[in-house]
Amino acid sequence: MTARTLYDKIWDDHVVHQAEDGTCLLYIDRHLVHEVTSPQAFEGLRMTNRKVRAPEKTIAVPDHNVPTTLDRANAATMTEDSRIQVSALDTNAKEFGIHYYPVSDVRQGIVHIVGPEQGWTLPGMTVVCGDSHTATHGAFGSLAHGIGTSEVEHVLATQTLIQRKAKNFKVEITGSLRPGVTAKDITLSVIGATGTAGGTGYVIEYCGQAIRELSMEGRMTVCNMAIEGGARAGLIAPDEKTYAYCMGRPHAPKGAAWEAAVAYWKTLYSDDSAHWDKVITLKGEDIAPVVTWGTSPEDVLPITGVVPSPTDFTGGKVEAVQRSLDYMGLTPGMKLADIQIDTVFIGSCTNGRIEDLRAAAAILKGKKKKDGLRAMVVPGSGLVRAQAEEEGLAQIFIDAGFEWRLAGCSMCLAMNPDQLQPGERCAATSNRNFEGRQGRGGRTHLVSPGMAAAAAITGHLTDVREMM
Amino acid sequence: MEKFSKLTGIAAPMQLVNIDTDMIIPKQFLKTIARTGLGKNLFDEMRYNLDGTEIADFVLNQPAYRHAEIIIAGDNFGCGSSREHAPWALLDFGIRCVISTSFADIFYNNCFKNGILPIVMPQEVVDVLMADAKKGANARQTIDLEAQTITTSDGKVFEFDVDAHRKHCLINGLDDIGLTLEKGSAIDSFEKKTAALRPWA
Repeated sequence: MTARTLYDKIWDDHVVHQAEDGTCLLYIDRHLVHEVTSPQAFEGLRMTNRKVRAPEKTIAVPDHNVPTTLDRANAATMTEDSRIQVSALDTNAKEFGIHYYPVSDVRQGIVHIVGPEQGWTLPGMTVVCGDSHTATHGAFGSLAHGIGTSEVEHVLATQTLIQRKAKNFKVEITGSLRPGVTAKDITLSVIGATGTAGGTGYVIEYCGQAIRELSMEGRMTVCNMAIEGGARAGLIAPDEKTYAYCMGRPHAPKGAAWEAAVAYWKTLYSDDSAHWDKVITLKGEDIAPVVTWGTSPEDVLPITGVVPSPTDFTGGKVEAVQRSLDYMGLTPGMKLADIQIDTVFIGSCTNGRIEDLRAAAAILKGKKKKDGLRAMVVPGSGLVRAQAEEEGLAQIFIDAGFEWRLAGCSMCLAMNPDQLQPGERCAATSNRNFEGRQGRGGRTHLVSPGMAAAAAITGHLTDVREMM
Repeated sequence: MEKFSKLTGIAAPMQLVNIDTDMIIPKQFLKTIARTGLGKNLFDEMRYNLDGTEIADFVLNQPAYRHAEIIIAGDNFGCGSSREHAPWALLDFGIRCVISTSFADIFYNNCFKNGILPIVMPQEVVDVLMADAKKGANARQTIDLEAQTITTSDGKVFEFDVDAHRKHCLINGLDDIGLTLEKGSAIDSFEKKTAALRPWA
């Protein structure tokens, strides 16, 4: 048999039908659903009298709209339109008989954190969700990508997706990371190197020693942002760490089924002589703690750098950089570490897991946030929150002056009450620094959890290595 | 889905690269449970001031482009979120075709599901179309999906590529789900096979 990549193998094992022109019908093992991109899809099923083909493979959880304040059980904390969307999901989950974690359930959280946590996401699966950050699940060696609402309806009705195969892109991170450098810095640095369209048309496989050395949480952070580099999906081959993470999860296989699953998972790697359409290699030791300065995730530089000038760029990017700098209120030549911030947001499907909270708490322990600065920690799920409380992390955040919130997407996308005001500047552990992403006129600098914590203490973007 | 065969209309130039789906339709408009009505909020934060008045120099607010049906865009149009609200908003405004040097994957897919034709062309062709679009409302471009050609207002013709399956669906306004359900028995046998091979999945 010809040598294949991990992507090739997962793809081959899920083709239901291939048309003459190469268009494939791909079987979907797990379909995750949230309240924002699904109501029109369920409505479509109702209008055509169709059912959910595999409700046992379909999991729903509200996350985008849900307030994260402690009083959220009070319906008045939600706007009317948010309440309608969440209650539509309640109704649809019940009516179509799919697994559901309502707001009141301790397991509720951001869909991409809940899926792996509950053992829904397993190696070698195909996973889709009406959300671009579905790429997260690729950390398990599962082919996971975001889809639109029409495709959500298609998967609900048929448990398949019409797809054409993407090309193979190998991103290798050699060596080890230096202290203070994290998975977030890897994934941002890769986007900085390839650009936000560098992955368009590809599925990325991240490999190399630095990737192998990451925890599962770190691998999820890396794959989460594959979409910001334009890739359809990001993958990391499963290994002992992956199996250890999955073992014993509520929906992971048990007993003999577990043994059979692991035997299959061990076949999921790229063959040595597999063909790659594109390859880049970064040295782990060259990666620094980074921040974004502009309004695209590719606008990334080491914290020791300075704000660039539009004249440093060519083509359409010149106009885009000028627009970014105007929007961000920054001047070329300014040191990134001199940028004052108003708000710190720690959370999101990128950095809302237990390891992220540990990294931030390690910097904040015994310290206080700067006076006047707004700071919040939003755990990615109710279970992450409970674990952080058990480990004493919550108290560290509270003592440092942070708000300790309930689980949800929160300020990552500002579809809920957590928003930036115009001109307000935020160090955020989330994934997008687009104009208006965290609130109209809000200015976002993407950073790792440790960097966000450091910025909260000093009130400006700060090299976390100085605080360690 | 509305059929798409041939379109002659005003093309609006949007040279900015990396126009993301948060720009196309900001998050506060994603709380709808309908697919329609989003056109008035298309490009909301680029198009309106905080008080709701129009920003005069934004392209779709200029008299020549208020009825644009085509957008000529900078590289990587539609990057970011998977929200189908982006093509819904474009369609509701009246946009049926977007031409750029590249599109984000999910956005590109979403367009075809909604009767919008995204066309990828090389930079030099996009430059010609952009310059043509900048001439204003009298410079109408023609998109012929059947023939796979774009014709500028002064008669230059460019051929474009499109996936045969997607072209067929767009021209006939076909519902993907109906087509897939016809392959129900293939899905049944796939499920039977994998239930034995990967029972945990």
